[in-house]
Amino acid sequence: MAEFKELPAGSPVTAQVTNWFENRFPTAFAEYKKHLSEYYAPKNFNFWYFFGSLALLVLVIQIVTGIFLVMHYKPDAALAFASVEYIMRDVPGGWLIRYMHSTGASAFFIVVYLHMFRGLIYGSYRKPRELVWIFGVAIFLCLMAEAFMGYLLPWGQMSYWGAQVIINLFAAIPFVGGDLALLIRGDYVVGDATLNRFFALHVIAVPLVLIGLVVAHLLALHDVGSNNPDGVEIKAKKDASGKPLDGIPFHPYYTVHDILGVSVFLIIFSAIVFFAPEMGGYFLEFNNFIPADPLKTPAHIAPVWYFTPYYSLLRATTSVLMPFLWVGLVLIGLSLVRPSRLPAMVKTTYWGLMALLFFLFGVPAIVLGWMGIDPGMKVLAGFDAKFWGVVMMGAGVLILFFLPWLDHSPVKSIRYRPSWHKYVYGGFVVTFLVLGWLGVESVSPAKTLLAQIGTIYYFGFFLLMPWWSRLGEFKPVPERVVFQPH
Amino acid sequence: MSQEATDPSRRAWVGTACAFGAVGGAAVAAPFVASFAPSERAKAAGAAVEVDISALKPGQMTTVEWRGKPVWIVKRSPEQVAALPQLDARLADPQSKRNPSELTPEYARNVHRSIKPEVLVAVGICSHLGCSPTARLQAGPQPSLPDDWQGGFFCPCHGSTFDLAGRVFRNVPAPDNLEVPPHMYLSETKLLIGEDKKA
Repeated sequence: MAEFKELPAGSPVTAQVTNWFENRFPTAFAEYKKHLSEYYAPKNFNFWYFFGSLALLVLVIQIVTGIFLVMHYKPDAALAFASVEYIMRDVPGGWLIRYMHSTGASAFFIVVYLHMFRGLIYGSYRKPRELVWIFGVAIFLCLMAEAFMGYLLPWGQMSYWGAQVIINLFAAIPFVGGDLALLIRGDYVVGDATLNRFFALHVIAVPLVLIGLVVAHLLALHDVGSNNPDGVEIKAKKDASGKPLDGIPFHPYYTVHDILGVSVFLIIFSAIVFFAPEMGGYFLEFNNFIPADPLKTPAHIAPVWYFTPYYSLLRATTSVLMPFLWVGLVLIGLSLVRPSRLPAMVKTTYWGLMALLFFLFGVPAIVLGWMGIDPGMKVLAGFDAKFWGVVMMGAGVLILFFLPWLDHSPVKSIRYRPSWHKYVYGGFVVTFLVLGWLGVESVSPAKTLLAQIGTIYYFGFFLLMPWWSRLGEFKPVPERVVFQPH
Repeated sequence: MSQEATDPSRRAWVGTACAFGAVGGAAVAAPFVASFAPSERAKAAGAAVEVDISALKPGQMTTVEWRGKPVWIVKRSPEQVAALPQLDARLADPQSKRNPSELTPEYARNVHRSIKPEVLVAVGICSHLGCSPTARLQAGPQPSLPDDWQGGFFCPCHGSTFDLAGRVFRNVPAPDNLEVPPHMYLSETKLLIGEDKKA
């Protein structure tokens, strides 16, 4: 508790008012200093550091526009579609609010993907920032849930069939899947009950969790301090007063700096809202302008673009892929797990799991099938490839949680890694984009094969990281950040 | 903090209080979890549907809604029925042996998966992820399908294919044949979908 402070008589009124509040609510002043005026951020932030504050801006846009949409929207299977059209045509300014919300959803993912890419290339998830990263991945998961449930609300054909497909993913879980899908839908097919509960989760439950996680993300970040493009700890070199030599106060320096980012972002955002809110069918899919019809599936179902890389992982997992996945996991075990310093119990568990997966993946039945032999024994078939597709899609997201422990590079930033590492990262970006493109396309044998190659690269990138991230000649990391005043 | 040794009796009470608190918490959570299950109204909506198929000609199909799902009724020509066994080698489960209790009622566990050989009754929901496949009843080459297509169903979502008995082909994402719902004939041309003689 701060001491109660009396100002000398005759002090200016503003000082007296400030003092009155500071005596009664010192927390507000202390937190302002801690997080803004005396939060020292590295002075060498570059372009990539705009996206954190932009993500916060989009969150605010989504919450504000969302509140206004709820004032006119009806979460009822019989009324929902018409109420969205009512917002678009009859509510004054409704079309603008709705387009801001729908464009905001896609903008959120663009900004967050770029924000995550920044963390990836500069090693922002490395010690001591593991929790900052983990909270971030949890935010990403929440965002996916939020986007998925929000997409059902307009009750168009894509809303309906997209939800039908994704909820049925849960039905693929052995033994409990069917009941789980029933609990999620609250009916035997996606219906009014599903719409109602998705509405409740979309407007209350998930946003609350999301905001809590954002607070945790920022508090943890401010406890350990921001990373920077050089991956140098600025707290290691401090001046006599204990301030980092390479740090500048977040306010006013980065608040003003971020206003530039916000301005550019809002120019692009407005251009989309006013001139291309559907973005050629990528931000708002054309089929969603047709009311939901449970008896008729649209000719082509694709999730919204931000889910498509993960959707491709799902579709790529056919029974043909399973033996290759198993061999891949065994090779990783032989080359990484066996020679590692992991406890013997972990190693034994790994090999036990491999033995189990040999059967659960259905490897014997698939390989016999290739040889033209039908074993005729159901037990050899393992779980359906459909279930493993769901596992692969989930693993594609969840593997991000483990990134801090997969990366064994002696330096944080890509700047001081061997040059060829850039190609590995470049390959990952290309893979992610190609998987994203394949996810909106309809299936064909060639595209499935391409998605399977992409799937192997995606997981290879992460699972082999303990090996490749150590290889090559690393460049010397400077003592202090590299910065040219301008 | 105090250096005194902990009082085991107080610790035991703290533990007991926490345990009872947890039981109470779980009991309170139960109705919230239960509220996710289908309501009585949703369950009641699963009543059987009556269909008159007298107007259905060979090669035609009609769709009715039962429990919110599309149920297809396809009248196959005798030639189409006769051609069914020829596909067996290319099907994943030609004899409908997988999950028969859920997918194929006893009276449909035959080559044509139906009570009357020419009339197929099946739930039009793909066993992969719940899309509704489209009917491609015409034989012959057409987009997205093999050139020797004999007629059947094609799921636009992930490319699964089914034959005219709703049997799934090999090497497609869908693992199972289409579900044959419980059904029975009330008369020669009247079908009841959702109930059969056992029930």
